[in-house]
Order: sequence, then C-alpha cells, then structure tokens
Amino acid sequence: MNELATYALRLGDDALILSHRLGEWIAAAPQLEEDIALANIALDLLGQARTLLTYAGEVEGAGRDEDALAYRRDEREFVNCQLAELPNGDFGVTMARQLAFASYQYELYDRLRTSQDATLAGIAGKAVKEVAYHRDHAAQWVLRLGDGTDESHRRMQSGLEEIWPFVDELFEPDELTGRLAAAGIAVDPAALREPWDSYVGAVIARATLSVPQPVFRGRGGRQGIHTEAMGHLLAQMQHLHRAHPGASW
Amino acid sequence: MSRDWPLWEVFVRSRRGLSHIHVGSLHAPDAEMAVRNARDVYTRRNEGVSIWVVPSAAITASSPDEKDSFFDPAADKAYRHPTFYEIPDEVRHL
Repeated sequence: MNELATYALRLGDDALILSHRLGEWIAAAPQLEEDIALANIALDLLGQARTLLTYAGEVEGAGRDEDALAYRRDEREFVNCQLAELPNGDFGVTMARQLAFASYQYELYDRLRTSQDATLAGIAGKAVKEVAYHRDHAAQWVLRLGDGTDESHRRMQSGLEEIWPFVDELFEPDELTGRLAAAGIAVDPAALREPWDSYVGAVIARATLSVPQPVFRGRGGRQGIHTEAMGHLLAQMQHLHRAHPGASW
Repeated sequence: MSRDWPLWEVFVRSRRGLSHIHVGSLHAPDAEMAVRNARDVYTRRNEGVSIWVVPSAAITASSPDEKDSFFDPAADKAYRHPTFYEIPDEVRHL
C-alpha cells in the first residue's frame, strides 16, 4: 500500500472504530435524547470512514472496496489510534474519549481542508462541521459532569485518567506523516498538540477537573499494534460479513 | 434519570421567512443542552435552520373546559375572514 493510501486508511480506521464503539451505546445510553445524539455522532463518523476507506482502496489500486477494508482485514492490519478502540466504560469515560478525539479530529480536519490532495481536502471540508459539533457535545458534558455533583466529578475525572495514556499517540509524527506533510498532503500531527492542549485544557479547567499525569502511554496503533480490546471489537464488527460474505440488504 | 430533568417544548423554523413551529418536546438538564438535544432529535433530516426551546412549565395553556366560551363564538363570524377581498396571486402564506 502506498503512503497516501495508508494515510487515508489511518484517518478512516480512526473514524470506523470509534463509530463502532459509539454504536454500542445505542439503546443503552442514559437517556433517549443522548441515545440519539451518540447515534448521530456514530453515523457521522461512519460516513467519514466510508469515504476515507473507499479512497484508500482506490489509491491502493488492488481492487479493495470499503467493505473489503472494513470487514476483511485482521487486527494487525488496522492502523487506527488506540484511543478510538478503548472500551466505552461508563458515560464519563466515553465523554472523556469523545472530548480528546473530537478535539484532535477538529484540529486535523480544519488544516486538512487545504491539503494538496483534492479528495482529502474535500472530505475534511465536509467533516470539519460534523466534528465541531462532536467536540461541542463532549465539552458540554464534561463541563456538566465535572462541575456537577461529587459523584459526577469523581467519575468524570476517572474517565479522563482512563483515556489519557492514549492521548500522546494522536500527535506522534512518523516518517510517513513527515513526507506527506512536506508534500502538503497530510497534516503534521505534532502541530496539532498546542491548539488541542489549549482547547481541551480550557474545558478541563472550567469543569474544575485536572489534567491527568499518566504513568504509561499506549503507542503503536499506526503500526497495527492494538490493545486487548481491539480483537473483541473486530470479532463483533466483522462477524456478519465473515459468516455471510457478500451479504446485503 | 431523565425523570429528574425538566421537560422542554421544541420549536423549529424550517426556513427563513417562516415561523417557528412546535415539533415536540424532550428532557434536558438545562437550556443549552435542550437546544443540542433538539438539534439531535428533531433536525436530523434537514428540518430546520433555527431552534427555540421553552421550559414546558413556562407555558400557560387554555383549558379544555373553556373550549366553548373561547372558540365557539368565532364559528359564525364569517365577516372576520378575508374572503370578501381579492387576494393577489403573489401574496403567499396568508
């Protein structure tokens, strides 16, 4: 797979895997209204994943379509960040993960709009509006839970602690992003850290929470190394397609 | 949990120039979240360009018991309808 295809696949896998995680909340969210909100966000991400995976398949030129890439790759071939695959936990964990991821994706897409690659620029231009809402949705909840009751504050803080070891990976550059960024195609992930810190830091401070200081950090998602949770997620996500190849309705 | 949250009435304006129309209600902890929930629940299919939310408790409604005295007297006042005028074709929404 060439570098452009791999880059599109990274972006697409992030969206696909997080979309699946958010889909797990459907019919299990605290309220009907929140159920629909999370489903909307999951569907936005699924839409992004579909166009990005389709594009990755086209650029690769090996005849793989979005379904082949989503449902017929094994764990080590997925190049999403580990943050996206983390289990939902309670609502606080999910909102912490949403705040971290949507804020990252917002800064990324905002800059990708001016990519030299017209397809990526187009996808980013549409997606950045969706992601702005995802970020706001998460921020609203983090503010209310953090600055809510003792119990909601405790659980929101522990949600942040849970996901924070996986934040650094989002901003790790490698040779691929280095070359593509130099060509004006990709965004250098390291450049997103400062604006991310500033937005997320402000939300956390207003929510009377504190920025965690994790003792370990997850890494390797972009090279296909995943957490224990990933295999279980794929088993569920891919089961139907693998049991009934080509099934449609 | 939603039982503890107040009820809000949702009004959506479908496009510029039209009025906000009542579309339903929902639960939310406060006004800001009510607007967001309304966006998620009632404008998923491009239904609106503007949303109002109003605490249901703030609405004073007419009583069904007053229906006769409130509304029936208007029934036979045909002269209150603008049916005796020619309405130009260009005038819409009248």
